[in-house]
Amino acid sequence: MEEKKLLKGNEAIAEAAIRGGCRAFFGYPITPQNEIPEYMSFRMPEVGGVFIQSESEVSAINMVYGAAGSGARAMTSSSSPGISLKQEGISYIAGAEVPCVIVNMVRSGPGLGGIQPAQCDYFQSVKGGGHGDYKMLVYGPNSVQECVDIMYNAFDKAFEYRMPVMILGDGMLGQIMEAVTLPPMKDFSNVPNPDWAADGTRYGNDRRVINSLYIQPDELEALNHKLFAKYDVLQEKECMYEEYLCEDAEIVITAYGTVARIAKSAVDMLRESGVKAGLLRPITVFPFPSDRFARLASRSEVKKFVSVELSMGQMVEDVRLAVNGKKPVEFFGRCGGNVMTGEDIVEYIIKGGK
Amino acid sequence: MAKIFEKPKMLTDKPTHYCPGCTHGQAHILTARAIDKLNVKKIIGVAPVGCAVFAYEYFNCDMQEAAHGRAPAVATGIKRVIPDAIVFAYQGDGDLASIGMAEIVHAAARGENITVIFVNNAIYGMTGGQMAPTTMIGQKATTCQSGRSVALNGYPIHVSEMLSQLQGPCYIERVSCHDVKHIRQAQKAVDKAFQNQVEGRGFSMIEILATCPTNWGMNPIESNKYVEEVMCSVYPLGVYKDTTKEEA
Amino acid sequence: MAKLIFNKMLCKSCGLCVSVCPKQIISISKSEINSKGYFVSELIDTEKCIGCAFCAMMCPDSVIEVEK
Repeated sequence: MEEKKLLKGNEAIAEAAIRGGCRAFFGYPITPQNEIPEYMSFRMPEVGGVFIQSESEVSAINMVYGAAGSGARAMTSSSSPGISLKQEGISYIAGAEVPCVIVNMVRSGPGLGGIQPAQCDYFQSVKGGGHGDYKMLVYGPNSVQECVDIMYNAFDKAFEYRMPVMILGDGMLGQIMEAVTLPPMKDFSNVPNPDWAADGTRYGNDRRVINSLYIQPDELEALNHKLFAKYDVLQEKECMYEEYLCEDAEIVITAYGTVARIAKSAVDMLRESGVKAGLLRPITVFPFPSDRFARLASRSEVKKFVSVELSMGQMVEDVRLAVNGKKPVEFFGRCGGNVMTGEDIVEYIIKGGK
Repeated sequence: MAKIFEKPKMLTDKPTHYCPGCTHGQAHILTARAIDKLNVKKIIGVAPVGCAVFAYEYFNCDMQEAAHGRAPAVATGIKRVIPDAIVFAYQGDGDLASIGMAEIVHAAARGENITVIFVNNAIYGMTGGQMAPTTMIGQKATTCQSGRSVALNGYPIHVSEMLSQLQGPCYIERVSCHDVKHIRQAQKAVDKAFQNQVEGRGFSMIEILATCPTNWGMNPIESNKYVEEVMCSVYPLGVYKDTTKEEA
Repeated sequence: MAKLIFNKMLCKSCGLCVSVCPKQIISISKSEINSKGYFVSELIDTEKCIGCAFCAMMCPDSVIEVEK
């Protein structure tokens, strides 16, 4: 049943994963996501699930691959440098069409970077990240409640499309405490194992192989096309975004994650001072709501777009592709673990950009 | 007349891609024959990267193909969510002792209840004969063309000796397949490694000394002689760990 | 009396069976080639085979089945 609780983002995600059916967690400590493996370590045994603290992120994602390949609802979580290490496994998982969930509580980079919040993993999340042609379904939630709601259904999406799903948090999300409504426990006890899973029960011609090796070019090309056909379906069916005061907006601010909350307060301040600003917040960052951007760009009253991010400008590239030269696209960001205030955004807009 | 020797049922009919005389075929047979003897309902194998990358086409059960070196982690994930399945990882020396050293050490240390078949032919076969972590001092490879030098490349890794120092493993034995007598001994070892898993005893690994006629530049018969005369002295055969004996 | 059945398709001409036969009655054919292009191994003296199965056991490609 539903429950109202005050939870840290990381703990809320962990509990929502369990309620969404997750029964296997493999992870390695890294700040700022440590509450997820810590929570899973005691919670998984309570629901009859599996928890392992692996020897590395590389190993964790491969344990996910093994468990998920045999049909389990398996996940891992990490933060930026750890996600870089997981990219090898994620590529294999994508190639072998294995469903799983990966949580990335992004910290600043490059290299060891810092442990403060950032959004500098946008590229390695939405552009594939590892080797080869593939994508993931990537969500960029902006509140602990939205983390819960997305995590709760993330496995269903992963299994529906047989692909890895990433929840792209921006570091702050993992650490903030908010009141959340936790959904009831999903029951999968009577759901049969998926019809592709290598669960050890088949032999001879019926046997199943989880694999991403295709040595014949034609076969691999067919897989590449099959994967991208799925991404087209994602674009059509899974795009999620939220708009705030965009109806008459002249300046469309765009941001995802907690930055979108700061941007929303900036929109309010700008409106108070007579600037017609609005906010377009992508909730899925892959698929990217390009169509919505394109439609706004065709409106005569829209003067420009401003992408606000905790990076040197990553999502702004997708905004430019979507706007396709119809309107100017500007970028305003902080990085290194610094976070802008609403006033910073207002000041940027009022001064007329760079 | 009755059949007294035939191909194991746990192998598919697909002809292997291995070079003539390569021990991988023998290691597949030993593994498959051991599984044939088990009375279990669920089997899942994990294939490596290297010459045995297509092992998933040869073992007649559900299989997962792992990334290079990660087979013990993949096998761990499978075994933990399907504990009543017999899960085995099949790995070569580059896969297990070089790029996947962390995965094998920690699977062993956890006492993961899986069976690992480790094929050590002291060279990278699939990529064309480069130096392996188990290439012996003086042995030639395409990345140490005058022979492995201690000054330049350090020493080969003795995996069975090393892993047997851990508390986690149940059973570790090094075997060879260079003649019929040794194949029979190897079969017993592989059988035991699987039986241990059925009995829930934890991590078992069999290191099989193997030939690579193609990259060693020898014919299959010379290669087996080389295993007997050279490899077996550098990598002594025998049981390195067996906790089932301690219990008895 | 023993019978060896060769699945010649699988033979790679490695000669390991030849090397272990205690009666030295297996050889690599000088004329018969399989579809992979290998000269196949064959039993040259059926009468002398004792059915020890050494050849079959040594074969890495499961070419030989033994009946006894």
